[in-house]
Amino acid sequence: MSELLQFLFSGITVGAVYALVALGFTIIYNASDVVNFAQGEFVMLGGMITWFAHAQGLPLPLAALIAIAATAALGVAMNKLMIEPARGAPVVSLIIITIGASIFIQGAAQLVFDKQIHSFPAFSGDDPIRIGGATILPQSLWVIGGALVVFLALWLFFTRTLLGRAVLATSNNRLAAQLVGINTNFVMTLSFALSAAIGALAGVLATPITLTAYSVGIGFALKGFAGAMLGGMGNPKGALVGGFLIGLFEAMTAGYLSSQYKDAAAFIVILAVLFFMPQGLFGRKSTDRV
Amino acid sequence: MSDLLSIEGLGISFGGLKAVNDVSFRVRPGEIVSVIGPNGAGKTTLFNMISGVYLPGAGRVMLDGADVTGMEPHLLARRGMSRTFQNLQIFQSMTVLENVITGYHLQEKGPVVADILGLPSSRRRARKAMAGARELLERVGLTRAAEREAGNLSYGSLKRLEIARALALDPKVLLLDEPAAGCNAVETEEIDHLIAEVAASGVAILLVEHDMKMVMRISNHIVVLDHGEKIAEGDPATVSQNPAVIAAYLGAENAHG
Amino acid sequence: MRLTPKSATLIVLALLVAITPFFFPSGYYYRVGALLFVNGIAVTGIVILTGYAGQISLGHAGFAGIGAYACALAPVHWGLHPALAAVLGAAISAVLAYLVGRPILRLKGYYLGVATLGFGILVSMVLNNERQLTRGPDGIEVADLGLREVLKGWGLNLTNGEFWYFFCGLCLIIGAWLALNLHNSPTGRALRALHGSEVAARTVGVDVARFKLQAFVISAVYASVAGSLLALQNKFITPDVAGFMHSVEMVTMAVLGGVGSVLGAIFGAGILTLLPQVLTVFAEYEQMVLGLVMLLVMIFLREGLLPSILKKFWGKDE
Repeated sequence: MSELLQFLFSGITVGAVYALVALGFTIIYNASDVVNFAQGEFVMLGGMITWFAHAQGLPLPLAALIAIAATAALGVAMNKLMIEPARGAPVVSLIIITIGASIFIQGAAQLVFDKQIHSFPAFSGDDPIRIGGATILPQSLWVIGGALVVFLALWLFFTRTLLGRAVLATSNNRLAAQLVGINTNFVMTLSFALSAAIGALAGVLATPITLTAYSVGIGFALKGFAGAMLGGMGNPKGALVGGFLIGLFEAMTAGYLSSQYKDAAAFIVILAVLFFMPQGLFGRKSTDRV
Repeated sequence: MSDLLSIEGLGISFGGLKAVNDVSFRVRPGEIVSVIGPNGAGKTTLFNMISGVYLPGAGRVMLDGADVTGMEPHLLARRGMSRTFQNLQIFQSMTVLENVITGYHLQEKGPVVADILGLPSSRRRARKAMAGARELLERVGLTRAAEREAGNLSYGSLKRLEIARALALDPKVLLLDEPAAGCNAVETEEIDHLIAEVAASGVAILLVEHDMKMVMRISNHIVVLDHGEKIAEGDPATVSQNPAVIAAYLGAENAHG
Repeated sequence: MRLTPKSATLIVLALLVAITPFFFPSGYYYRVGALLFVNGIAVTGIVILTGYAGQISLGHAGFAGIGAYACALAPVHWGLHPALAAVLGAAISAVLAYLVGRPILRLKGYYLGVATLGFGILVSMVLNNERQLTRGPDGIEVADLGLREVLKGWGLNLTNGEFWYFFCGLCLIIGAWLALNLHNSPTGRALRALHGSEVAARTVGVDVARFKLQAFVISAVYASVAGSLLALQNKFITPDVAGFMHSVEMVTMAVLGGVGSVLGAIFGAGILTLLPQVLTVFAEYEQMVLGLVMLLVMIFLREGLLPSILKKFWGKDE
């Protein structure tokens, strides 16, 4: 029983990271219909930049802030330099562009930083907390709390603020949003900044547990996407739930089946969702349009 | 049963909004039936339901006596339904000729292995389709553009190209979504003749068109939609006198003005 | 008589294979040439999937991995001749592509990208983890094809480098010929039609799901054959052949040269195969350059290098 609880804890922890990645996917997807395959690189950069700045002697909170701000700036640059010039391009081109961005960021990261695995100290020490025969790291609580806070903040932003509603309006109907005077380019930029910042935050929170390296991004992207898809593409609540479910599924696979194949869990989920419920748990059934 | 196409109580909603509601009418062989109505009346949505692009929320579509409601477009094509699109769905990077040959898909398709090996059987199929396509291009006056990339054609030519491609299926029922939109007077008249000719050969034609003169000239029967509902139907003379129709159009005009 | 694009492509390829060896400064270049041809075969498959049918795969290296490891494993475990092992690999790839493609090709772009990516990762995971079978990340040796000895018996004495150069060249020409046959066939037209407008393709009767699946299966076979040839000529293979970077490389080569045409894509394969040979510093920057190439080509030269160059020389194509 305590074994199950242990797997549950680790599943919720990684699930929280995937949920954050999935939320990042959702924000950009809603604003622009683009699935940003470089989403995982934001997580990588959050971890790597924090490690780097911290290793240079900066205090951890400052290092983390720098990492989040720098990654958000990169998100903005991505939108301006890659996505905006390619507006109206077919989906295949957009996939290649965002994959290209992902590969490019990875390549740059291994030059600027290195190819080693890195970490930095956990925020509240490494003493495990005992609950019902299982243990959980304080850092895990940071990660889980982070995911919930971000979700709540996004929810307030999208429902309670004018700017948030502008983003929602743009996602519903770009042209109509433009007609009522919403600056849709700004909305796009904001979405990329927000999404990148959330990704970086995930990297900052998770690195003390999961460790980081220049190459971790693609795995986060794949699993975050699986989460977003399981929940229903474009639905923030779905992204949160889906992310956690992917984490749990992965932890159970690692615990009861094979730790070598835990990464296969996300892929199995993707295929299963495509097979049985393409619209996901909370998604709307889409109507084909000419 | 002499109706080729019969629409019975067809309806669909998008997000709780009834885009088309309880629309019924029928089209007989050789008949030209036009669907008219102000912008946003649901004409194209209706077309998309009939041709299987949208799944209808209510009602039935009967094609030659069989219930084909919600059937996939490629299966409808096999049963003799063919259509054009309001916003042009041309295979841009293929040549004009290839666009029309694609209309012969059901006749020319065969085992993929024969195609990849370039076997004589595959070439024979392709040659036959090409011969038919050239005839159709001749008929719509695009022979000289045959080898050009379709994306480079003028709007009016593309409209005719779409009609040629739709005719390549040798349809029993032909749905034309604004075939004359954006065409000049001469082109419109050409399309006019073409449609009349096709109808004369026994094809049932369903037409959505904004050019009222054209509609009045060639239609046997007119169905008027407004806000997704059928508000009138009848022959051109009757419909053009109908107060509800005049009100719908004037109302729409005023709203725009 | 006017040259059709098909015969022009085949003539260019044949000349390339036959004439370039006269300019090779050393035997090493036969190896580079053979590698180029192998990559050319893989990207020809991408042309069919992405260029004709407009679908994307970010996991085609998975099929290359299957082709490669079939050649490594089947001769040892089942005593199969390496050539038959390559055929077996292609068959397994085709069946897998069919099974995986059926659910995912029903859906659009992004889902396909992610699902194929996941598939590729899964294959490379199996190759890395099943050590008893594949010997894991360190790689495994591959039996000799033996064809060179046969040719020797017929009095045709080729060095190892020469043999693989010409053999892979021949395979590429055959692969290109098949792909060009397909292009102008009813199936090819259906694929290009669904690429151009899926809804219009459906209304003329194209069973879109079925044709996408056919393109996916055919291109998987190309990748598998490329993987087999790579394994056979190196007589050694590691799981990297199935890695994500290899999948990305295939797509990049194809879009760089021009994914719409067989010759264009092979041109792209040529550039990305030769670049690391010319630039020795390339290794360190390889990933960055790959990423940058993908970005720049897709933003500025969407049709790829070769079509853009041709347009420049011949003006507007009419």
